[in-house]
Amino acid sequence: MKRPRTRVVGRPYPKVDAAAKVTGQTKFADDLFLPRMLHCKLLRSKVAHAKLLRVDVSKALAMPGVIAAATGRDLPIAFGILPVSQDEHALAPDRVRYVGDPIAAVAAVDEDAAFAALDAIDVEYEPLPAIGSIDDAVASPEPRIHDYGDAGNFHKLVAMEFGDTEKGFEEADRVYDDLFFYEGSTHLPLEQHAAVGDFGPDGKLTVWSSTQTPHYVHRALAKVLQMPAARIRVIATPNGGGFGGKSDPFNHEIVVAHLSRVTGRPVKICLTREEVFYCHRGRHPTLMRVRTGVKRDGAITAMHFQTVLDGGGYGSYGVASTYYTGALQTVTYRVPAYRFEGARVFTNKPPCGPKRGHGTPQPRYALEAQIDKIACDLGLDPAEMRKAHLVPPNSLTANFLRVGSMGLAACIDKVVEASGWRERRGKLPFGRGLGLACSSYICGAGLPIYWNSMPQSGVQLKLDRGGGVTVFCGSIDIGQGSDSVLAYVVAEVLGIDPFDIRVVTADTDLTPVDLGSYSSRVTLMTGNAALQAAERARELLVEAVAAKLGIPKTRVALAEGRAFDVEEPGDSGMPFADAVALAEAKFGTIGTVGSYTPPPSAGRYRGAGVGPSPAYSYSAAIVEVDVDPETGIYTVPKVWIAHDVGKCINPVLVVGQVEGSVYMGLGEAMMEEMAYRSGVNGNVVHKMPSLLEYKSPTTKEMSEVVTFLVEDPDPNGPFGAKEVGQGPLLPIPPAVANALYDAVGVRVDEIPATPEKVHAALKLARTGKTPRVGPARFPDIPYPPSMRVLTPEEGGDGKAVHQPPTGAGGVRRDVIETVPP
Amino acid sequence: MADDPNSPPPERAKAHLGFVVNGEPVEVAFAPHKTLLEVLREDLGLTGTKHGCELGECGTCAVLVDGRPVLSCLYLGLECEGRSVETVEGMANAAGLHPLQKAFADLGAAQCGYCTPGFLLTARALLDSNPRPTLPEIREALAGNLCRCTGYVKIFEAVELAAAWMRGEETQPRTETLYGTSFDESGLLPVVRS
Repeated sequence: MKRPRTRVVGRPYPKVDAAAKVTGQTKFADDLFLPRMLHCKLLRSKVAHAKLLRVDVSKALAMPGVIAAATGRDLPIAFGILPVSQDEHALAPDRVRYVGDPIAAVAAVDEDAAFAALDAIDVEYEPLPAIGSIDDAVASPEPRIHDYGDAGNFHKLVAMEFGDTEKGFEEADRVYDDLFFYEGSTHLPLEQHAAVGDFGPDGKLTVWSSTQTPHYVHRALAKVLQMPAARIRVIATPNGGGFGGKSDPFNHEIVVAHLSRVTGRPVKICLTREEVFYCHRGRHPTLMRVRTGVKRDGAITAMHFQTVLDGGGYGSYGVASTYYTGALQTVTYRVPAYRFEGARVFTNKPPCGPKRGHGTPQPRYALEAQIDKIACDLGLDPAEMRKAHLVPPNSLTANFLRVGSMGLAACIDKVVEASGWRERRGKLPFGRGLGLACSSYICGAGLPIYWNSMPQSGVQLKLDRGGGVTVFCGSIDIGQGSDSVLAYVVAEVLGIDPFDIRVVTADTDLTPVDLGSYSSRVTLMTGNAALQAAERARELLVEAVAAKLGIPKTRVALAEGRAFDVEEPGDSGMPFADAVALAEAKFGTIGTVGSYTPPPSAGRYRGAGVGPSPAYSYSAAIVEVDVDPETGIYTVPKVWIAHDVGKCINPVLVVGQVEGSVYMGLGEAMMEEMAYRSGVNGNVVHKMPSLLEYKSPTTKEMSEVVTFLVEDPDPNGPFGAKEVGQGPLLPIPPAVANALYDAVGVRVDEIPATPEKVHAALKLARTGKTPRVGPARFPDIPYPPSMRVLTPEEGGDGKAVHQPPTGAGGVRRDVIETVPP
Repeated sequence: MADDPNSPPPERAKAHLGFVVNGEPVEVAFAPHKTLLEVLREDLGLTGTKHGCELGECGTCAVLVDGRPVLSCLYLGLECEGRSVETVEGMANAAGLHPLQKAFADLGAAQCGYCTPGFLLTARALLDSNPRPTLPEIREALAGNLCRCTGYVKIFEAVELAAAWMRGEETQPRTETLYGTSFDESGLLPVVRS
């Protein structure tokens, strides 16, 4: 057994907040009860698309217990997560765009009084035709859901080509052309969104909220409330699950702040479960057409990927989501020439946004399902074919993504070996099968959401002469363990027990900015910032200790809670607290800072802001299915998954993220869908906004999971660490689809692959038809002419050689859209 | 319309009753339509009990009433008269965490921790009646509790580990539980036990 070189990193410590969580002491947003606190409820639209002719709260204000009310007139300034899509209002001023769009708010002495008052609000709607699907939106340029966007109800249209794809298709031995659809699904955190606003007599506002992005909430509050950001404090409470669903600034956060300012009392809101479905921001329903040219050995010569995303009623992260459906196809298998065309439409449904994997599970599913078809068609082993054409480490892809460490080959080997892939695939009895898929994900976006050249993460350390160490960081723990990662990293460098460290996070008054818990950025970025701050603190301690002991600094070690001479570890040295006291005497109060800014991205073309990352994680999964050919009902008894995490900061937490990702991927693959009734009196209504009817896997559906952790350290990660929170979800849906083919010979080119679809495909097989269920046509999308970028192999410098003008919607300055300097 | 906007509607005269919470007798006055969930969180300050739907769909609000798991969002406070209620706040004592709590903490079975109280109490009811549950029995007992973070795997392992501890066995977490399936032959992932 090998001893680790690190003493904290790599060890299976409990999380630093584990004791609070298992005793119910963690304070979530709805657990806050302040004196004189009022309760807020939102009146939400019952109509999917309408002009608001009248919103009258006077009767509600007269109800017992009601203290204040608000409408769109009170908060007229628009906001939104992306600078390019500032299209939301805290309360709709004149138009509603989906059932659930907030119209008015009341604050009352208790929740019952607030609920009762909603019924007394008078709303007069002038209904507009509602758009319920991608096809509707493509066919209906009028009425426009928003008065901005690239054309009609197209929010965004993008097109880019890297290398000469037509030449690539000509060089191919075969060209495959497939259509896929991936239905929308939602995050379904167990904690409903909640927030408390408290406007104090000093003119300062505090907002507690269950948010993954306190920094962006801070900015949105300052903008909409027209208050100096310096007078606003946002405290993100521990999130009871996020998964991307708490990454936008939300209506209710602004409303409780406003109502607190109006009433001078704290105001709380906790959304009902139904309202959480309306907040959504989940997986975009995405229709995809994939053309891939390959040589006989499976080498890809060219790929043309087209997507159209159903965005729902607002922009949210949608422009980024759209680019993400085209960004990461190139980082697993070599794609020498690549063309991407993407579109996002507005529809009258809750807005879609970032859900675990943000914009990449849909294309990854399509790509991996098509690769499986190609391998089967060419008579190649899908595992061997993938392995033969992997992107090499330390390389630049056709679309200028810089791949660093790349452990996918080891991941494939692990799952192939453990599952008995070679011996069992294609040889199991009819009804049982194995499917393989791989994937990759970013470790944080290379660029921030709004244009700036400041660090993406900052950490401050305070060392107390009593030996106490406090870490201050803007990052927010959403259950993934980010508070713990900060403590482990600092403990490792300072040689102390992580449980002796106090972690203060996600408070805009107390902590330096970290952009938030999204895009799998936290371990890499806050980890690096913490590492820098801790190394600076260590330097001060080492200098003071070296002077005291009369030895060179290189001989001072900090470990096991002591500072000592490495050449006389037994007798020399002092407790950590004494070392801090020495340093404080020598240098004054001991505090250090660290920050992290990702390396500049290689791409210089419009849209190059999406895709670059300091590092890429890799996963491979094999799924076993057991199908009842009579009914199409199937189970997933076992999943083998290997994930290249670079380096485990804590293996228990890494395994937990892998298992959680597998679970969420299985939910999406097998059953989860945001389904709507469309066309009923022109309305578009969610079919099942409840935890009972929105099917998610329970303890009884969950598979056995065998997890392999592959460590291919990346030089950009702290101790080599890469992400694990999102990547392992990605291979699961395509692996399920590929396993269904191995089991019963049908292709389900649509997610979720429900038993009904499997049954329908089996029926087609029995009647001699092509045993495939999936989309039949791709709509005619007015993609613009493709921007052309020469690939690195062609000698390109990352800039577009021909960049057509953007549409009307592309004129605002936004980091995603701006050509990086 | 009430003259004083701060006064609650007149029809909501409060019920006043006594029961036992975590071994301590309590007396509490609350609007009679309130659920046990609301009484615990709002009137007794026991916010360890969480809610995910208030419709009996997710198991998050599970507590024990006279030792049996109930969904406190579907259980009227009025029904508690004279009964004994146990919440997550009552699981740990001066001697430390309950074995289930320790196992959940050690194995990472609590990620965001929001569903955790409901799982702990449901699992406690299982282990009180069945000290040696099989994995299918654990799955069955916990089937009414949703968790979106863990994929349940670590929860199953934590319940098994806690059950072993409660039977007096000196069991340690399995290596695969802590490190994934071992990768030691390459030396990439050294195996240590703290």
